Amino acid sequence: MTVKMMSAHEVTKKVFQKEALFILDVRNEDAFADWKIEGENFEYLNIPYFELLDGVEEIIEKLPSDKEILVVCAKEGSSVMVAEMLSEEGLTVSYLRGGMKAWSEHLEPVKVGDLKGGGEVYQFVRIGKGCLSYMVLSNGEAAVIDATRMTDIFTDFAANKGVKITNVFDTHLHADHISGGRKIAEQTGAMYWLPPKDAEEVTFEYAALEGGNVVTIGKTFIDIHALYSPGHTIGSTSFIVDEKFLMSGDILFIDSIGRPDLAGMAEDWVGDLRESLYSRYRELSEELVVLPAHFMIIDELNEDGSVSEKLGTLFINNHGLNIDDEVEFRKLVTENLPPQPNAYQEIRETNMGKITPEEEKQREMEIGPNRCAVR
Amino acid sequence: MDVNKILDAKGLACPMPIVKTKKAINELETGQILEVHATDKGAKSDLTAWAKSGGHELLKDTEENDVLKFWIKKG
Repeated sequence: MTVKMMSAHEVTKKVFQKEALFILDVRNEDAFADWKIEGENFEYLNIPYFELLDGVEEIIEKLPSDKEILVVCAKEGSSVMVAEMLSEEGLTVSYLRGGMKAWSEHLEPVKVGDLKGGGEVYQFVRIGKGCLSYMVLSNGEAAVIDATRMTDIFTDFAANKGVKITNVFDTHLHADHISGGRKIAEQTGAMYWLPPKDAEEVTFEYAALEGGNVVTIGKTFIDIHALYSPGHTIGSTSFIVDEKFLMSGDILFIDSIGRPDLAGMAEDWVGDLRESLYSRYRELSEELVVLPAHFMIIDELNEDGSVSEKLGTLFINNHGLNIDDEVEFRKLVTENLPPQPNAYQEIRETNMGKITPEEEKQREMEIGPNRCAVR
Repeated sequence: MDVNKILDAKGLACPMPIVKTKKAINELETGQILEVHATDKGAKSDLTAWAKSGGHELLKDTEENDVLKFWIKKG
């Protein structure tokens, strides 16, 4: 039987369409327990490839005959080996091209809405890691928000759409992934905006983004209003795009809220987080469509793979927005937090420009799921 | 350390460092020591887990100038 190759894009489509898939993950058990490909109708078997060097006979009975099988490893090599061994036993299986490394880096653009005057908003779903970036397009110009380090995706997308990237934003100094914002700005000549309170230690020039700033994209005046909303970091800033979309950064997610501890200031920032979520956001229109910088679980994806919800709906359904008692709220966001993201200190230093690791090292620093939220 | 065999797996990508380590250790007697040199970053966690599951003992490991070195006692 033949061995087929499956791309991260194809797997992403299966996640979005809730298709069935049987994943034979041949990484070691710790790596699998920490982070894997998530899909509503995916099933898993984890057996490290080094347990299979003498043959795959033992696992064949554990593999389904009526489901598509995908062999996954860290970088590809071991999954090809195991897939070939299974193929020799008469099975038809696929391997994931580029392994979990490619899965971590894959971005799927999904359109999330139209703007007045013909503009569009796209969400870039980093399906393997749960990061969400955005591009706002209007009349030949574009803004990029919370870009990942895979910058070609954004610059190629803009080129295909025939728009020029004029403004690049980060809602805050990220701790879970390396920002591509500065690189995109350098390549395109765009303005790079950062909240100054998060940028006190950065080693590069930037435009200071503060509450009340209005940035116009395109000739049709799509405005981006900055809204100071501290709590995840002290500088965290949300954006309201075209009076319709609320880009909430890492402050508010669909089924969770931001954690205040990744810069070591949990106790100090709890009050800010509460103020942002329970006062500032309360003053906004409930009709705003919330577009966060992350999702945490696959259930947060809409039918089309996008991650968005009306603010009014979140006020009803998001547990983190419904804790009346301040003491209880403080407990939720400072106690029993999920583990901190892999290498988050080094990631913060990279985003400040203090260190410039090689690409392979950057990749390694970002391995694993995002852990920016508390539920 | 009394090393019985040295395996150079530098420049090899996963799964080859483990494939070669397994082959090399098969040629040793119980209690003998294999020294492995590798550059694949994943080798560390994989060799550690492999040694454990195979009943071998990882005596020591080091990293110098991007070269990972492991000393494994055959179990």
